[in-house]
Amino acid sequence: MDEPGVDDVTEPDRPWVVIVWNDPINLMSYVTFVFQKLFGYSKEKATKLMLDVHHKGRAVVSSGTRERAELDVFRLHEHGLWATMEHDK
Amino acid sequence: MTVRLPLGPEERDVLRRLPQELLELLKGGPDEPALRRLFPPAYASEETNEYEDEYRQLMGSDLVERHRVALQTVLDTVDARELTEEQAHLWMIALNELRLVLGTTLDVQEDDEELEDPNDPRAPAYGLYQYLTYLQGWLIDQLEP
Repeated sequence: MDEPGVDDVTEPDRPWVVIVWNDPINLMSYVTFVFQKLFGYSKEKATKLMLDVHHKGRAVVSSGTRERAELDVFRLHEHGLWATMEHDK
Repeated sequence: MTVRLPLGPEERDVLRRLPQELLELLKGGPDEPALRRLFPPAYASEETNEYEDEYRQLMGSDLVERHRVALQTVLDTVDARELTEEQAHLWMIALNELRLVLGTTLDVQEDDEELEDPNDPRAPAYGLYQYLTYLQGWLIDQLEP
């Protein structure tokens, strides 16, 4: 049975999510290209994520352990995308 | 796969000058205001400031180095007639870096297309920005599977 507060202790179960934010400089075609290249997403999935970023202001592009998320954030920063990571809510 | 590079001498001059200038700026480290879009925070929330500091210490200099390698690749191959696929990727990243820095300085917004006043003092820099946008878009078309 779940008890209040237990979730805070068993944090490893709660994944980290990597978020890409909209910015006025990165080209839509570039963002789509980077999603395909870094995550191996299909053109359709990469385009959908790019459009989410563009229209909703942000999109979750990957999730996993903190180490994994840090690596993804690094690779996105290497490509000049505005990415951050946070604990999934 | 190779990418043919049909650039004129003036274009090659610009592509020699701009990466050189940005490499100089990078020597000052990631705290330079014009460089802020090249070094965004990894952790958005203040609760994770501790992680952010750790991340910066661990990865900060690697990110400077990755940005530097892309710019240096453009300088090293600026007179080439064609690029390998790997070089073309690094060109695409370097052009994006130049656009991020120039766009930050010019405060480019989403719906900007043209400067309204042709005598605007930002016109030369804006022209460069538009050229880099065109060239990056062209390169992406060449690289797309």
